[in-house]
Amino acid sequence: MLRFIIRRLIITIPTILVVITITWGLIRLAPGNFYTGDKALPEAIEQNIREKYGLDRPWHEQYLRTMGQILRLDFGTSLRYEGKSVNEIIARSLPVSATVGILAYLLALIVGITVGSIAALKQNSKWDYASMTLAMLGISIPNFVLGPILVLFFSLTLYWLPPSRWDGFPSKSVILPVITLSAIYMAYIARLTRAGMLEVLRSDYIRTARSKGLSETQVVIRHALRGGLLPVVSYTGPALAFLLTGTVVVESLFVLPGLGKYFIQASLNRDEPLILGIVAFISMTLLTMNLLVDIAYGYLDPRIRQ
Amino acid sequence: MNDERPPPPDEPERPKPAFAPLGMPPAPPIRPRAGDIIHTGPELAVGEADVRSAERAEVVTGTSLWRDAWRRLLKNKLAVFGMIMVATITLASITGPFLIKQFTGLTPHYIPTDIAALKSLPPFTATDGSFSWLHPMGTDNQGRDLLARVLQGGQISLMVGIIATLMSLIIGVSYGAVSGYLGGRLDSLMMRLVDVLYSLPYIIIVIVLLSMFRSQTARGQLILLFVALGSVSWLTMARIVRGQILSLKNQEFVLAARATGVSTPRIIFWHLVPNTIGPVIVYATLTIPTIMLTEAFLSFLGFGVQPPIASWGSLTTDGIQNIAIFPWQLICPGVTMGLTLFSLNFLGDGLRDALDPQMRKV
Repeated sequence: MLRFIIRRLIITIPTILVVITITWGLIRLAPGNFYTGDKALPEAIEQNIREKYGLDRPWHEQYLRTMGQILRLDFGTSLRYEGKSVNEIIARSLPVSATVGILAYLLALIVGITVGSIAALKQNSKWDYASMTLAMLGISIPNFVLGPILVLFFSLTLYWLPPSRWDGFPSKSVILPVITLSAIYMAYIARLTRAGMLEVLRSDYIRTARSKGLSETQVVIRHALRGGLLPVVSYTGPALAFLLTGTVVVESLFVLPGLGKYFIQASLNRDEPLILGIVAFISMTLLTMNLLVDIAYGYLDPRIRQ
Repeated sequence: MNDERPPPPDEPERPKPAFAPLGMPPAPPIRPRAGDIIHTGPELAVGEADVRSAERAEVVTGTSLWRDAWRRLLKNKLAVFGMIMVATITLASITGPFLIKQFTGLTPHYIPTDIAALKSLPPFTATDGSFSWLHPMGTDNQGRDLLARVLQGGQISLMVGIIATLMSLIIGVSYGAVSGYLGGRLDSLMMRLVDVLYSLPYIIIVIVLLSMFRSQTARGQLILLFVALGSVSWLTMARIVRGQILSLKNQEFVLAARATGVSTPRIIFWHLVPNTIGPVIVYATLTIPTIMLTEAFLSFLGFGVQPPIASWGSLTTDGIQNIAIFPWQLICPGVTMGLTLFSLNFLGDGLRDALDPQMRKV
């Protein structure tokens, strides 16, 4: 087990460096610079700006300095939000993204597993077809179409929920973003649960459990779910990556002050330290979570360890 | 004698590889392992072999993989629905703008000269509020016909989906095939690279790429989009193809090709790759909706197609601005896109079940 973790770690750390290097390279290779606007700057001003941000140094020096900073987890100061450190911006926006993301994932797990299990237990019934068609709809409707439709219905027609604002966690403003974000996971998890459960329900040990005289509820909860949910566990990694793109959309849609919103702003403003900081932070989180999922999976299913 | 004799055709089922090589007789049920000596010729009397192969050829043509798959596909109602919808929407997108121009004179970019029409009309409504067939999806803020715009946006969305998928197909198939066939250290190195790329938050990198290299022209941005989407979506394809090649490369037809002196690239791309076509088609069908969705997502964020080119994603995004007053501007393109993705997903699922029952997972 320890060797398994170490091997995963050996891949993880270079991967983070690769992501940051690619991002840095893209920003630097692109034509123009963050200070180039519609008007050309006077020579002297440009010279001063380049000196101030160290852009007059050779590129490898700049690269090493940036990498050094990032490895020390000091992401520097934003170019656009003058005087705000990137760490400060991340610390302020992360709770918003994390709240929406975690709630959406929990909702998706609860609904997805329930619906998927019911569909599997009543395979080829009306329930099965209805829920799987619904799941396919969930996968096919982009969240930026679903979100506005929900807003149109619940906010602009029924006046139940606010269309776009952020009042912190226990408030009505959380509901629509969370539903919008979780729809697609719900659908995926329902499909994965159904597939996993169908496979498990046909296996010998379920027949054994039934022939022992266990009640159907016990068979399902104690035996089938455990094996049937393995695909759902391994989906957690990709789900986190999805969550990322999802939050970007949902935060733009509902104007939430989260990480995704800042990332898009930073990309549009060409705010290099902020882009690099958010990319580094996101990759670290993502890869750490992936590592944890792998470890959890290694415990659940010893076959994949070697 | 030996156990490599082909079984008589009426023998009960034996495990077969998922994909019988195209145009070749099915592989013998027991596959030689590396190091096995492969017996050929002499053990089988000539006449006997001829009769056998003739019999088997008949069996093969009777239930060819494709005919079998087609029959299974037609049994799947949802897949048939998907196929019909995809065909209809594609056809409408290609011919629609032209037909609309022929019958009504409206183009996707036509802005009416009548001042009364310079506003967003609801579906099936004329400027004076009465019923009209002129704009079945209504018009947008400038009075442009939404149906024509949605159909033309469909051309762009489908084109992005198909071209980027083709790109991912070319990269993924070559990469996977080379890696799988050559094997050894190169294979593990290539697959380790895929593992690393897999764990990258690629969408983030695509956003940085598209925002930094933002093209001045709409056409340039479209090409950038193909490249960006195609170059990040080949990983799964490479894995699938590699798996297929691994199971094929020890079969006799490859050995025969090698023995007759066929060059390695030719073996890979002429003999092996055509045999992986089943799973490749299935996965490509499922990649198209994913890429279309990603394109729409990027357009929503403002990094996708740029005006005057419009896609379903950018039309939907325009619609979001006006949702409170002109909901049809969001609903018409949004629902069309949703329906297309829905149909493509069902078609892909159906194809998977029909072509490759072993892959049935999600």
